[in-house]
Amino acid sequence: MQKTKTTVMIVYILFLMIPIYWLINMSLQPNRDIIGSFTLYPQNLTFDNYRRIFTESGWAAGYLNSLTYVTMNTVISILAALPAAYAFSRYRFIGDKHLFFWLLTNRMAPPAVFLLPFFNLYQSVGLFDTHIAVALAHCLFSIPLAVWILEGFMSGVPKEIDETAYADGYSFPRFFIFIFIPLIRSGIGVAVFFCFMFSWVELLLARTLTSVDARPISVVMTRSISATGVDWGMLAAAGVLTLIPGALVIYFVRNHLARGFALGRV
Amino acid sequence: MDRTQNNYAWLFVLPVLVLVAFSAIIPLMTVVNYSVQDVLDANTRFFVGDEWYREILRDPQLHAALGRQLVFSFSVLAVQIPLGIAIALCMPTRGIWVAVTLVLVALPLLVPWNVVGTIWQLFARSDIGLLGVTLNGLGIEYNYTRGRWAAWLTVLAMDVWHWTSLVVLLCYSGLRAIPDAYYQAARIDGASRWAVFRHVQLPRLTGVLTIAVLLRFMDSFMIYAEPFVLTGGGPGSTTTFLSQFLTTMAVAQFDIGRAAAFSLIYFLIILAISWVFYTVITRSTKI
Amino acid sequence: MDWMYWTPPTALFFVAIAMILAGMTVWEVVSPTGMRRGFLPLQTTRGDRLFIGLLTSAWFHLAWLGLSDFHPAYMTVACIGWLIVVLRWG
Repeated sequence: MQKTKTTVMIVYILFLMIPIYWLINMSLQPNRDIIGSFTLYPQNLTFDNYRRIFTESGWAAGYLNSLTYVTMNTVISILAALPAAYAFSRYRFIGDKHLFFWLLTNRMAPPAVFLLPFFNLYQSVGLFDTHIAVALAHCLFSIPLAVWILEGFMSGVPKEIDETAYADGYSFPRFFIFIFIPLIRSGIGVAVFFCFMFSWVELLLARTLTSVDARPISVVMTRSISATGVDWGMLAAAGVLTLIPGALVIYFVRNHLARGFALGRV
Repeated sequence: MDRTQNNYAWLFVLPVLVLVAFSAIIPLMTVVNYSVQDVLDANTRFFVGDEWYREILRDPQLHAALGRQLVFSFSVLAVQIPLGIAIALCMPTRGIWVAVTLVLVALPLLVPWNVVGTIWQLFARSDIGLLGVTLNGLGIEYNYTRGRWAAWLTVLAMDVWHWTSLVVLLCYSGLRAIPDAYYQAARIDGASRWAVFRHVQLPRLTGVLTIAVLLRFMDSFMIYAEPFVLTGGGPGSTTTFLSQFLTTMAVAQFDIGRAAAFSLIYFLIILAISWVFYTVITRSTKI
Repeated sequence: MDWMYWTPPTALFFVAIAMILAGMTVWEVVSPTGMRRGFLPLQTTRGDRLFIGLLTSAWFHLAWLGLSDFHPAYMTVACIGWLIVVLRWG
């Protein structure tokens, strides 16, 4: 039994890792080798592809822009979702179920056409090409997810805790910040992970709402690629560079994830 | 849990409502406005009423794209949901390997969507890709830019690679939330492995599975960046799914009124199917 | 607001939707609803029935436009009737 499980896990992880390995492998080869000879590992190891990317302008700024709006989005989503999730987990109120389903429907709008009104909307309120515009637009799908995740964790906290705290003379804000939030901090960790994830990988909205000052990394990447034609080595190197922030985030939240997943339903 | 009736709870929900409504309702209204007009440029537009809707609903090319999309989305669900549950059951539950496997499993989720296309392009090409070269070396003719089946299966494999982990993570957390007492009770009853899964684990997974099915359905129904990078919709139109059809209409032909009518129909399809999923799954557990 | 390209029919449509939602909220406050079973194959509250009614109405309109050449206004009138039926007996 245990053996089968381990084997399945290993096979699955190999399936996930081999394409990524291949990407890294290609990024470390000169183009001549990629096309000329098929090798399972780089025979003429080179960092030229990376060097060329870093000497081109825009990369560092692109990284910084992406991280800025992703962080803003995560903070806004969590702050707004905390009270809402509390309301959903503790109270019944008019239209609560419908509100919840409506929040979910916001993921369903096909982006291609909605991009134009988004562009016009943010232009008309003077936010076009700012980080906060992308952060607010991404709230559309990160907030519903955060509410849903946090609601699950909050429902796991017995209601008696609220009542005891009020009986002890805690005001609501004091109870919420000093007692309740520490109880669900792993849940917050999981919510942070999902908000970060969906905002980091989203491309269409981020590209539409920015031009120069807030241009995200994935756009910088596509531009430098199309400018040089099909350059496999550089394409691979650029791909590897966009993987790093995600990998770092998972690494830092791994214990929260493990604990959060152990605690309650996501 | 017993929840008390309290309509002041709306005040707690207000920030979420304002933030989401700002980005959701105004663009939606605008798209509805577009859909009944022929927009030539910023200053010239005509009211055309239901013209666009009639045209789109009778467009055979679009019916074909919708069919391909439905087949693709249901294939995605049919592969990823069972696979995700199976892998979640195999995840280690304690020890140092928990964190390691979580990190590795979650990695594909954090790859920007256009980069997913790039990774698979490099991996599957029949001249320089590991997968392509290996398959051809084994004597299987494989070239995703030419073969219809090869292209379709490559896009499916790419989606499985990219998203199965989401199902795994959600189910894993659902499984971890089952108290040990349930397993002990099952062991005392002498339940088989399958009985434990069917009567103890699966019922307790419905909550996470609802969200997994919904997220996977909605996102696969709107899949755009990955096949666009990988196959560009080809060969022929084998991997031209709805959103790519739509983007061509809106961006390349700048036919904004027609594209708006199309995206509203698109939205209604997703809304109806999601509502059915949501209702069936949540109601079946309540009783 | 100019970029939103408003037209009288769409404005009317959204005003109608907003008024229905407002009306339903007031009705709910005055006399709260409960779960009940009508001719629809599942238990519903009044809000559920409104949602089902509106969504099916949208689909009826699409079917009307796709399959017939008549003016959509006929369907709109029929759908108002349908909405009332669903809310009352659904």
